[in-house]
Amino acid sequence: MPDLDLTAEQARDLRALAGAIIPPSAAYAVPGADDERIFADILRSLERDRDDICRALTHLAALSGGAFADLEPARRTEVAAAFREAGGAPLAALVRVVLLCYYRDDRVMISLGLEPRPPFPKGHVVEQGDWSLLDPVRARPRMYRLVD
Amino acid sequence: MHEKVDVLIIGSGASGAAVAWSLADTRMRILCLEQGDWVKSSDYPSNGRDWEARLFSDFAVNPNRRARPTDYPINDANSPIKVVNFNGVGGSTIMYTAHFPRLHPSDFKVRTLDGVAEDWPIDYATLEPFFAENDRMMGVSGLSGDPAYPPKQPPMPPLPLGKSGTRFGQAMNQLGWHWWPSDSTIATTDYEGRGRCINLGHCTPGCAQGAKASTDITYWPLAIRAGVELRTMCRVREITVDANGMASGVIYYDAEGREHFQPAEVVILACNGVGTPRLMLNSVSAKFPNGIANSSGLVGKNLMFHPYALNYGYVDEPLDGNRGPPLCLWSQEFYETDPGRDFVRGYTFQFGRGVGAIIEAIVSSQAGRLPWGEEHHSAYRKLVNRRIGLSAICEDLPEEHNRVTLDPVLKDSSGIPAPKIDYTISANSHKMMQHGIARAREVLTAAGASNICVESPILNGGWHLLGTARMGTDPERSVVNPWGRCHDVKNLFIVDGSIWVTSGGVNPTSTIQALALYIADSIKQRLADLFD
Repeated sequence: MPDLDLTAEQARDLRALAGAIIPPSAAYAVPGADDERIFADILRSLERDRDDICRALTHLAALSGGAFADLEPARRTEVAAAFREAGGAPLAALVRVVLLCYYRDDRVMISLGLEPRPPFPKGHVVEQGDWSLLDPVRARPRMYRLVD
Repeated sequence: MHEKVDVLIIGSGASGAAVAWSLADTRMRILCLEQGDWVKSSDYPSNGRDWEARLFSDFAVNPNRRARPTDYPINDANSPIKVVNFNGVGGSTIMYTAHFPRLHPSDFKVRTLDGVAEDWPIDYATLEPFFAENDRMMGVSGLSGDPAYPPKQPPMPPLPLGKSGTRFGQAMNQLGWHWWPSDSTIATTDYEGRGRCINLGHCTPGCAQGAKASTDITYWPLAIRAGVELRTMCRVREITVDANGMASGVIYYDAEGREHFQPAEVVILACNGVGTPRLMLNSVSAKFPNGIANSSGLVGKNLMFHPYALNYGYVDEPLDGNRGPPLCLWSQEFYETDPGRDFVRGYTFQFGRGVGAIIEAIVSSQAGRLPWGEEHHSAYRKLVNRRIGLSAICEDLPEEHNRVTLDPVLKDSSGIPAPKIDYTISANSHKMMQHGIARAREVLTAAGASNICVESPILNGGWHLLGTARMGTDPERSVVNPWGRCHDVKNLFIVDGSIWVTSGGVNPTSTIQALALYIADSIKQRLADLFD
């Protein structure tokens, strides 16, 4: 798995946090965001957010008093909650990258009833609807103001 | 040194393309300089699986985030609304929703009718033939008979209502309020070589199908075929003047950073309401120490955005989500001034069909609706594809303290000073936004939505860049005359949204282009005595 811009410790913490944000679900038959394939996508997708994510991970490590990934599950939950509560642009960037990689995974999309494909070229079908709904509006008098 | 051209247009977007096409039949030598490049339809995000993710990278609406080599930075720290645009052939028509309302007749007479701001020196009737011509050139879908507008005939039928539109239509009927299918530049039939809309749903960052009209596929092919030269990757630094104070041409940098001088008989600015004042303020000379054509001191002032108040909620069944053009309806119920309200002027409602799965997750996470941990999955499934929303596009009245200046530090990659935005939302606009939020809540409730949320103003909502070099008859109170010629420099014209006197409460592209066609026509009518 490529680590690209993050240190091994940062990558391990990011993966643990991704799993805390979105854990796997047997009920919905979906992986967590720490799934190997999804996490590889996350690491490939840091680009413009790399610096913010590094800052967020530094903050996370400080809250953890070391590596977040090494914490016991209960403590992880506490630290993750405090991390989220603190907010800020670095956290927003980190969560955004996790979400945008998670919700384009084939398995996740299929579980949501979404087709795992780009919009083009197949497109979609949108029902035309019943234009007689406009009849009361058609019957209205002129609404715009005359200026002359 | 390049050969002198008759007409030099700066910017190839909505207005630059329209004026180039219209002037082409004069057989003059016309050149357009564009700082960006052509965008291929195969480059648009909807071609790939990362189609939503690219809204946060190379197709972000905010140029500071997008940061392509063809973009310039904007210091927007002192504005609650951030400027959004696109730089490339087609300009911001590459990156717009294709919502295509016109200004209304009353918008040109706000001083006469409502006692605020100033009247325009032209009127709706003057622009009407140019609206119609532009509708034909861009290819507008819509439905005639809207009681909120003088009669017009869109050349194509409207976009489909869909599940979301049906809900909104029923809700508006229940409230007894006006609604109508939007005029849109998304082709609903095959049109002039463009394929019809196939509901890619991801219209704003470019249409891979080519159904959305951007000027790279509407005006430009015809203008180029008629002999206009379009030179891309050319970033203009300044407009130069001769000893008589007339524009003599421009200095620009090419893709390799080489400096060029391009002489011209006539210069036309089409760089939008931020880019145009930036270029004018950067064009300093002994004759124009405060920027070219700025004897009024109004270049860069009176910036108007249209503050957007967005409301959305969630219903109990899946709707259209992102599976169709995002905007399909408007309402003008609250457009005209009502003396019973605590603000003047008004707003348009534009109705949103829904958002994609990733945008829903990100926005809901930021808003705290989406928990972390095991509850995440069930919470998300109650949100995805269940959102409907509407925005009030509020008329922004001109105020001189809302302005574009040059940043003393920030520069683009060519070393050209970047624009700085200072902007506040007026008390009148705040009241209007609050009115829109309250009415939108009624609409959403009638449509069966709950968990109603507000984003007001939309942060990255500075799509409409208006008023920074306004038109008028008085050289002390305006920058250009009633047909777009600068009062101070008689061979310098402006055709973009900078010249707007007031903003109305609608998306401006239709009116910007109609104005550009009108100015081109005015130039053609006056060729023999253009500089008198």
